[in-house]
Amino acid sequence: MANLKNVTKKTKAQAMGMHTEVLTGRTQQKFFNPDEAENFYYFGTYDVDFNKRTDLDVKDMTAADANKKIDNLMSQGYGTIVIKNPQGKHSLGVGILNKLNLIFEGSLGYFGIGSCDGPIVRINGRVGWSCAENLMAGKVVIEKNAGSCFGAAIRGGDLICKGSVGARTGIDMKGGTIIIGGDAGAFTGFMMQRGRIIILGDVGINLGDSMYDGTIFVGGEIGSYGSDAVDAELTKNDQDWLKRKLKVAEIGENFDVSKMKKIVAGKKLWNYDNLEPTEKKGAI
Amino acid sequence: MCGIAGLIHRGKSSKVGHELQGMLQALKHRGEDSTGYALYGDTDGKNFIMRFKVGENVGEGSTSVAEDISVYDERKKIVDSYLLEMGAKIVKEERTLPYSLRYEIEYDKKDLLEFSQKIESIPGVEILSMGKSLEVIKDLGNAKMVCDRYNLDKLIGTHAIGHARMATESGVDIKSAHPFWGYPFSDVSVVHNGQLTNYWNNRRALENKGMRFMSECDSELIAVYLAEKMRDGASLEEGMKESLTGLDGVFTYFVATKDSLGMAKDTMAAKPLVLYESDDLVAMGSEEIAIRSILPQEIDTYDPFDGEVKVWQI
Repeated sequence: MANLKNVTKKTKAQAMGMHTEVLTGRTQQKFFNPDEAENFYYFGTYDVDFNKRTDLDVKDMTAADANKKIDNLMSQGYGTIVIKNPQGKHSLGVGILNKLNLIFEGSLGYFGIGSCDGPIVRINGRVGWSCAENLMAGKVVIEKNAGSCFGAAIRGGDLICKGSVGARTGIDMKGGTIIIGGDAGAFTGFMMQRGRIIILGDVGINLGDSMYDGTIFVGGEIGSYGSDAVDAELTKNDQDWLKRKLKVAEIGENFDVSKMKKIVAGKKLWNYDNLEPTEKKGAI
Repeated sequence: MCGIAGLIHRGKSSKVGHELQGMLQALKHRGEDSTGYALYGDTDGKNFIMRFKVGENVGEGSTSVAEDISVYDERKKIVDSYLLEMGAKIVKEERTLPYSLRYEIEYDKKDLLEFSQKIESIPGVEILSMGKSLEVIKDLGNAKMVCDRYNLDKLIGTHAIGHARMATESGVDIKSAHPFWGYPFSDVSVVHNGQLTNYWNNRRALENKGMRFMSECDSELIAVYLAEKMRDGASLEEGMKESLTGLDGVFTYFVATKDSLGMAKDTMAAKPLVLYESDDLVAMGSEEIAIRSILPQEIDTYDPFDGEVKVWQI
């Protein structure tokens, strides 16, 4: 066993075996090197034409059949697909790793637009729980309300709900931006690690609970702060960014961003491994 | 997982049996061990309707032990004799299935506690519901199977709540199926989706106060909890609001009375609920597809927030 008395505070956690992963930068080298252009494309994606448009009525289809049909239409070069009669079906529009204009004329059930990378999606209706979970890139606009776990674990892209959303919006998010035109429920930003959440209305209890990083902007009232979520100064840069983002998001363009509250991680939990036992109690 | 659904027509009656069947059938993937209906039918309000069982369904994956039909007959005879003894007159009798009965009875006393205790003192007999409008019908299988078995399709009424059950913490049997009657209150029923973590503490406390439990299903606790609050003079809505702190765990539940329908969602909002509200209809369910079974056109729905309690009148 390591002699903990003789190691510095910084390396104590490693010596105790709390850190086992060694980050080598492989992610950046492998996937984000601009010289390796082929890595920006997924195997099996399609070259689509946004001007080539078609309708797809999914009223009598299962979700699996509808998703296969979308894939089939993309393989034929359709870049704009309008889905008719989604009628609250679950798991529609999932796994699209392609540039695509996807329009839903109606509401989706649970897990809509999950695990997507690249499409621009507009939903002229409401969405159920876990919409756009794991979104990597692209833009998703919901015209009405959304259920709980909206934008769970997204890595990138813009996720916009013009109405109100349920609980745990942006739970575990690691990037991207979530914008809510109305109110948001409890535990918004729960354990978020990066990215930004903007709520123009009120938000429920335990906002930003156990957030590691990232930023939450709130225009209305806050039910209560979660563990380790703290206020921060709203800078001029923040306000400029908010104005730009709300304009691009087609939502709250005239909203007075100067009065918004900015919430960030107190980072007591972020440095949790390095805290002494007595300090850990204070952080919780 | 379980699925719940409910609807209330305001200012009119409708085929609520048919409508609720459609809503629950849309949720059958959330559980089809058993399905239950609490239907509030149009009646003249003079007589009590008592739905009760004298045995269990032993088919369709049941965890119950088979009994001979003669045992059911014997229990029924004792029920009839007890009713006569208590001055209750059977006006109409239906025996839909060997173990399931529906009586319309003339009974002029208001306190149903003594009445229910007497009937349920017969081993194997359980009153599923008692009321002047409420009828609780529950059995094993999915919504369509239960609806067909009990001919619920044509029942006309104002409101209804129902439950599609995936059995997790108690057996696959009728006694653990929802809805639960708010014993001993006339016309009160409850359905629930979730888990209550302080079940035994609450149950022991309520049993010490003389309340009755028929199963070990945590959902029954909600019906008993609310009944006890109302017994102490609280309104339905007050009882529901108190339940948000009195009941621990994750839950969404519906409760219905003769003229109202309510919903409550726990403070962590961990269980789903989608709600549609208009001037003449409120419909809600664990998933939007339940509502879409009766309203296929594009509608505005929303998720109630954490700690929300709502009550609607007919």
